[in-house]
Amino acid sequence: MYPIERVEPLNAEVTRMVVRAPEIARKIKPGQFIMLRIDEVGERIPLTMNDCDPEAGTVTIVFQAVGATTMRLAKMKEGDALLDFAGPLGNPTELEGAKRACVIGGGLGTAIAYPQAKWLYEHGAEVDVITGFRNVDLVLLEDEINACSTRQIIMTDDGSNGNKGLVTQALQQRIDEGADYDLVLAVGPVIMMKFVAATTKPYGIKTLVSMNPLMIDGTGMCGGCRVKVGDEYLHACVDGPDFDGHLVDFDDAMRRGVMYRSFESAARDAAEGRDCNGGAAVAAADGERKGA
Amino acid sequence: MATSYEVNRQKEKTPMPELDPVERARTFEEVALGYAAEDAVNEARRCIQCPKSPCVHGCPVGVPIPQFVAQVAEGDFGAAYALVKEANALPAICGRVCPQESQCEGVCTRGKNGEPVGIGRLERFVADWAFEHPEEAAKAAAALAERRAEEAAAVGETPAEAVAADEPDEIVVPDVDLSGKRVAVVGSGPASLTCAGELAKRGCDVTVFEALHKVGGVLTYGIPEFRLPKDLVAREVEALGESGVSFETNALVGKLYDIDELMDERGFDAVFVGTGAGIPSYLGIEGEGLNGVMAASELLTRVNLMKAYLFPEYDTPVYAGKHCVVVGGGNVAMDAARTAKRLGADVTVVYRRGREEMPARAEEVHHAEQEGIEFQLLTNPVRILGDDKGWTCGVECVRMELGEPDASGRRRPVAVEGSEFVVDIDMLVVAAGSKTNPLIAKTTPGLETTSRNLIVADERTCATSKPGVFAGGDAVIGAATVILAMGAGKRAAAGIAEYLVPKA
Repeated sequence: MYPIERVEPLNAEVTRMVVRAPEIARKIKPGQFIMLRIDEVGERIPLTMNDCDPEAGTVTIVFQAVGATTMRLAKMKEGDALLDFAGPLGNPTELEGAKRACVIGGGLGTAIAYPQAKWLYEHGAEVDVITGFRNVDLVLLEDEINACSTRQIIMTDDGSNGNKGLVTQALQQRIDEGADYDLVLAVGPVIMMKFVAATTKPYGIKTLVSMNPLMIDGTGMCGGCRVKVGDEYLHACVDGPDFDGHLVDFDDAMRRGVMYRSFESAARDAAEGRDCNGGAAVAAADGERKGA
Repeated sequence: MATSYEVNRQKEKTPMPELDPVERARTFEEVALGYAAEDAVNEARRCIQCPKSPCVHGCPVGVPIPQFVAQVAEGDFGAAYALVKEANALPAICGRVCPQESQCEGVCTRGKNGEPVGIGRLERFVADWAFEHPEEAAKAAAALAERRAEEAAAVGETPAEAVAADEPDEIVVPDVDLSGKRVAVVGSGPASLTCAGELAKRGCDVTVFEALHKVGGVLTYGIPEFRLPKDLVAREVEALGESGVSFETNALVGKLYDIDELMDERGFDAVFVGTGAGIPSYLGIEGEGLNGVMAASELLTRVNLMKAYLFPEYDTPVYAGKHCVVVGGGNVAMDAARTAKRLGADVTVVYRRGREEMPARAEEVHHAEQEGIEFQLLTNPVRILGDDKGWTCGVECVRMELGEPDASGRRRPVAVEGSEFVVDIDMLVVAAGSKTNPLIAKTTPGLETTSRNLIVADERTCATSKPGVFAGGDAVIGAATVILAMGAGKRAAAGIAEYLVPKA
């Protein structure tokens, strides 16, 4: 069992949770993820690491309550425990050598992109962080990102923070202003990552995207998380989750992402019928896609 | 060897009751129901106790078949179980999933004129009996251990050496004292469980590391409930736990720890790598990324490990279409087809060679047919078709004919030009084999592997190029059978015991 040490709502939809997992905390790197299962009837869902503290032996996850499992997870309290918490999984983001980076987070993706921004900043890179939210009430981790970025640009869909627009508009503006990025990293809804990659492509800026397909085992043995990269399908759980944004087939990923949508509402309905329930094979990140 | 019972001359095996095919195709309950005690005695008496006992040599872990069968014939099921368990850590599993027709039963003397003795069914019977009669089983095991000690004392040598002298062909794990020694076992499939069990029996402190949340490897996520009930796997694993094996689940070696850390930091004296061959292969044809198309391992993992057939009582869903094609001719294809059928689909198995060439067990093909699964043999899919929403709606296939034998001796299928046709489907399952995960190879300096990421290991001792590291099962030979993996696990245990306590 993996005890929950702290639960903290970041906004009405998003929760930050600190979980005791000393072995994982010792090893996990920015970009890697864990698979968790709440209890014996639960499904396995992937959640990317938001922070870790090797000395305290904790791993921090951030999730959005969108599916039955994440809704159930959001109801758990300090002192409760998760039955299974496996990691670190996937490959760490390749950040080595970047000098001028732009880290882009869409919605919940901001929490997932945070450790990369922090790592780059701590390793001497100039780091612009561009984040995008539906409105000002949903803005995440503003203070934390301020502390580990050269510049933070927060965009809202409705302009409620006084900065209306999409993350791609901010990115284009920074490129036009002469920001000479050697790395762009985008984490968020697939549609957002698609347009970030399209924005950087004409400039040939290396662009990594963190894919969030459905996963079951997360260790490479089932192929549920296939992502089309170039001409081949790769497993996001072992070959990724980061891929070259200029090679990923985002339309294919969006299509595959809806395969289990009809089950998700059934799971949510069932969740209302019993206290201890979960959802369909949907990660918090998948819910992000719905918002896209 | 003479029999102490009257031999049953009946030519056919004593039938084993099974669930009705129509009924069972709607549930995940076990199909084969097992022998009642009188069936088992009746079947055991078909064994003529032939002196050469070819059956024992046909068994990769060397179960003393005539001896245990004789005990069943006499009605002493406890003694029979003790004999089986001494050689085989997982008898309830082997009795169900071993391809006996190509192992022990394939060489049974009775099979030359009629059907062979139902060795698998008898092994299963004694293991199931022992689960139901734990106290009597334990008593019988203790009695056997005592007898072994007396035998050893009488001849003045250790029991293992006594056996070794008798049967030089068998794998013999030396009966050395391994207390104080610590071995890490990576993966918890049949090779690993066997290796762990053999070492623990000799006092070794064994820890099994498993990446998933449940132990058992393919026994847990791959082979369906209707062939191998998961409660039973759990009970076999629990029995290993009681014998002193500890388990760490959610521990992916190569990520959470690497092998050097296990040895240097966690202080293991040796490591056994039994990580299997779990990465699915695909067909490499157009349309494989369409919705409704999945690898057999995804379907089976959702259903077996995550119990998706009980959705929404369990949280993991599984997609099932109305018209499903399963591509492949092995046991995994049969498991996937029968699983899709139970989820409500009409199922057709498409295989590029003929029936004779199907690698699946004859019994499984028979069961599949009984359950109403269609077969399109000598047929190969060339393209998967999709609708405008990105879901599969058909598969284009081509007829095949068998040409000249290839290097492996199997006749190579060749497409018949112009024979293309389309099957309407809304689900396609690819069961085209599996590959080895390269993770251990990539994260273990000094470990020699082949171009297919298979670990290079000595055939006899299972030793790899890295001192103290042993490997066996599918990780070494590629996707094979449960019992071959168990044989490798046993050889590795012998290799590890020799390594940890070298002969003076």
